[in-house]
Amino acid sequence: MLIERAPVVLELRPEVKLAGVSKSYGVGRNAVQAVESVDLDIDHNEFVSVLGPSGCGKSTMLLMIAGLVKPGSGTISIQGRKIEGPQRTTGIVFQNPVLLPWRTVLDNVLLPIELMGDNVNSYREHAHELLEIAGIADFTDRLPHELSGGMRQRASICRALIQHPTLLLMDEPFSALDAMTRDDMNLELLRIWERDRKTVVFITHSISEAIFLSDRVVVMSKRPARIIEDIVIPLPRPRSIEMQETMQFLQLRTRVRKLIEH
Amino acid sequence: MAHHRSRFVYLTLMCRSLALRPGEARLVNAAWALGLFALILAGWQLAVRALQIPDIILPSPTDIAEYLVRRDQLFLKHLWPTLIQTIWGFALAVVGGVLLAIVVSLTEFGKRAIMPLLVVAQIVPKIAVAPLFMLWFGIGDLSRVLIAFTVAFFPMVINTASGLSSVNQEVVLLGRAFARSRWEFFLKIQFPHALPYIFDGMKVSITLAIIGVIVAEFVSSQRGLGYLIMFGNGRLDTTMMMTAIVVLSAMGLALYAIISVMARVFVYWRTPNET
Repeated sequence: MLIERAPVVLELRPEVKLAGVSKSYGVGRNAVQAVESVDLDIDHNEFVSVLGPSGCGKSTMLLMIAGLVKPGSGTISIQGRKIEGPQRTTGIVFQNPVLLPWRTVLDNVLLPIELMGDNVNSYREHAHELLEIAGIADFTDRLPHELSGGMRQRASICRALIQHPTLLLMDEPFSALDAMTRDDMNLELLRIWERDRKTVVFITHSISEAIFLSDRVVVMSKRPARIIEDIVIPLPRPRSIEMQETMQFLQLRTRVRKLIEH
Repeated sequence: MAHHRSRFVYLTLMCRSLALRPGEARLVNAAWALGLFALILAGWQLAVRALQIPDIILPSPTDIAEYLVRRDQLFLKHLWPTLIQTIWGFALAVVGGVLLAIVVSLTEFGKRAIMPLLVVAQIVPKIAVAPLFMLWFGIGDLSRVLIAFTVAFFPMVINTASGLSSVNQEVVLLGRAFARSRWEFFLKIQFPHALPYIFDGMKVSITLAIIGVIVAEFVSSQRGLGYLIMFGNGRLDTTMMMTAIVVLSAMGLALYAIISVMARVFVYWRTPNET
């Protein structure tokens, strides 16, 4: 069984492949180049952060991987297949939790299933399980406005995980939270991820966050977004907040900062 | 089983939304407003008595109350047609307005062709077409209902359309990523999102519908509160006119209150500071 499956896993490498991907908005003189010839391979179950200054076009890159924006040129493939539109196997977490205010937390988590027209009841148990893992099981039947910002974002992560995605895309999901909540959420995210690993592309403009979470940090330039450097983060897992004070972490941070300042 | 539980959750939320919420001291606020209202009435009453203002210029509040009690059957008889026609005109405006707003926001033709016309049509004083409607549809109830509809219709379309088109960009992306059809997105996201806007539109529309019916009754009618106001005017019976206005206001207030309660129940997710 294991031997039979092994080649399949090998075929999955790289899970996500961007080849010469560019994108510009507008036409003629008003055209703005958002992303310029990006080549990027992301391995199966790898946690990759894309780090760059605000408004550099990294969100555009994420939307292209999500199949929600078509690349101007180049191709994006997931598991070896060129994508032409949104994939069911991709989960997305946006900068804002964007929960629907009229739905309870549980029904917000189940929203993708309902929109896809699947049998909601068969996902109910999984939804409860996710809410449990995210530590918001007590808020299952509450409305979003009764939750704190951090709890809302937890709910939106549950929603992104409901259909058992193999790829999770996160667009600065914690940037709207205060620093302490953000640390908590980073730990929480890693905890959820260690339990059920999947490929993660995490967009951020926080150097510490990127290093703390990732196996690899891809550093992008100012608009148009180009890859400046691709840094492997050798910190052991599971990670703890204390690691942020280690020499190794600080050295990595200095190195990345210098890259960005250039 | 699980599904039943989930419906029960929303029923609870709707009921809870009706109750007073923390920090919402409505009774106290109402007490202040009622106090001021009583003060104004008392001032009015005193002024009329002290300055010996004749009935024909300004009857006192007690005169009006007395008149209303004495001739309650008359006002009841004339309230009825005004109320029914208002409700018909309003109902047509709500249904027609929401349907047209859906066409406007969901189709390219609606967005490009219908919407600009609606915005321009909004500027036309709809009341001015009342005599024309009498000419076209006769002087019966139909004309009055149609005039009420015309006046009440525009805020419904405009409000609903702005609700349908104001869905957050990230929610739109979420919908595009997962919704199996445009209809599914409309049903699960766009329409519920527009619901608060629809109820806001209804609050404006109901008062406009009343104005529409009254003006129509001014133009031509043999019954209704608008007719009664004109009738009282012709006989220089100021007390009758003012009593009719009071009854009319009470009717408007009641209709508005019903819509407010409905809004509160159906838009149960609105937080107190939004309402």
